[in-house]
Amino acid sequence: MYDILIVGSGPAGLTAGMYASRAAMRTLLLASAYHPSLITTTDLIENYPGFPEGISGFELVEKFREQAEKFGLECIQDDAVSLEKTSKNSAPAWKVTTSGSSFEALAVIIATGTEYAHLNVKGEEELTGRGVSYCATCDGPFFKDAHLVVVGGGDTAVQEALFLTRFARKVTIVHRRDRLRATGILRQRAHDNERISFEWNAVVTEIMGESAVTGVKIRNVKNPEDEKVLKAEGVFIFTGYIPYTSFLHGILALDEGGYIVVDAEMKTSAPGIFACGDCTKKLLRQVVTACGDGATAAFSAEHYVNELKGTLYGT
Amino acid sequence: MAEEILVTNPDHPITVTDGTIKEAVEAYPFLVIDCWAEWCGPCKMIGPILESLAKKHAGEIVFAKLDVEKNPQTVATYSIRSIPNLLVFKNGNKVGDIVGAMPEEKLIERIRSFA
Repeated sequence: MYDILIVGSGPAGLTAGMYASRAAMRTLLLASAYHPSLITTTDLIENYPGFPEGISGFELVEKFREQAEKFGLECIQDDAVSLEKTSKNSAPAWKVTTSGSSFEALAVIIATGTEYAHLNVKGEEELTGRGVSYCATCDGPFFKDAHLVVVGGGDTAVQEALFLTRFARKVTIVHRRDRLRATGILRQRAHDNERISFEWNAVVTEIMGESAVTGVKIRNVKNPEDEKVLKAEGVFIFTGYIPYTSFLHGILALDEGGYIVVDAEMKTSAPGIFACGDCTKKLLRQVVTACGDGATAAFSAEHYVNELKGTLYGT
Repeated sequence: MAEEILVTNPDHPITVTDGTIKEAVEAYPFLVIDCWAEWCGPCKMIGPILESLAKKHAGEIVFAKLDVEKNPQTVATYSIRSIPNLLVFKNGNKVGDIVGAMPEEKLIERIRSFA
């Protein structure tokens, strides 16, 4: 029986792990073997304080892990598949089941994050790994001098499009609106970059190719008759996110998008379950906010565990 | 770096290169090659899983690693466009590939599905 079990090994989970370990809570962190934290696939993070030169997502998360483990955090690689109520000496507890084992804890912190949404168009699934990609840092180097299409207009799409210009001769950003949603500095860089061009008010309707991507079919959202094919060797898709919360349906409150509803103390609707980071309903999903949430969730969980054990400071 | 001599029934992932891949494919009846790169975060998640599988399935399946950055010929031959990418070979022929990271049990299930 652990005091606190953390599910997820991104910035939120690892920060929660560091705080919980420093609080001398018996803590276990389950790191997914299947879904890496999305930030580990980001080439450059320029807005996490303390790194004025920027840092790669993978390197930053490795530092988080190193720092958390330094304080005794126990991490294992395993994926939670279900969560159910249990009890320990008449105190309420939770049991997290993975494909091969199960773990019990008085409190659980969910920090499972999100994955990139798929377009769900013809050719996308068939050509994944054959030109369709959701990870520019992994796959960009395979497209030297290619023409690439990036789908999306937010921070990630624009950041990754900029990264891909290191390899590709041309990158076309296909965005469903007439301007980018990305933050000002990224927008400016994209507009200034000679290798980047734009297809505005456009959506991808099909990804073409037999054994490898040869192009994408796009349609103008304002004029559906206006369809055309962009020849391209690769398509990188960054249109949105889906939270990893499907195993929590019926256990705690989720919003219509599947994000976990939490209060300011990172409490969910289920007593003893806390949540933090990108999988929660919140305004801004960034490393810096994930870390803040993670610290709060750990503190909140510690308080809850101490109350259960009757060892709350001040009582 | 000295090229690894192909050992019998290795219990750890061996290293293959453009120069040795052909020999490895011919030598091992059931071979899984993990194509990875230093720049790829998710590839690093697969590393420990392959170590474990190589140990558990020694004598049955041989696991190998190939650095795509240093071996462009293999990248071209197998049209690799995404990593992590596992190439699965049976009796000298490529029978499938697996793109992306996954848990150990799922991975071995996928590998066996090609057998």
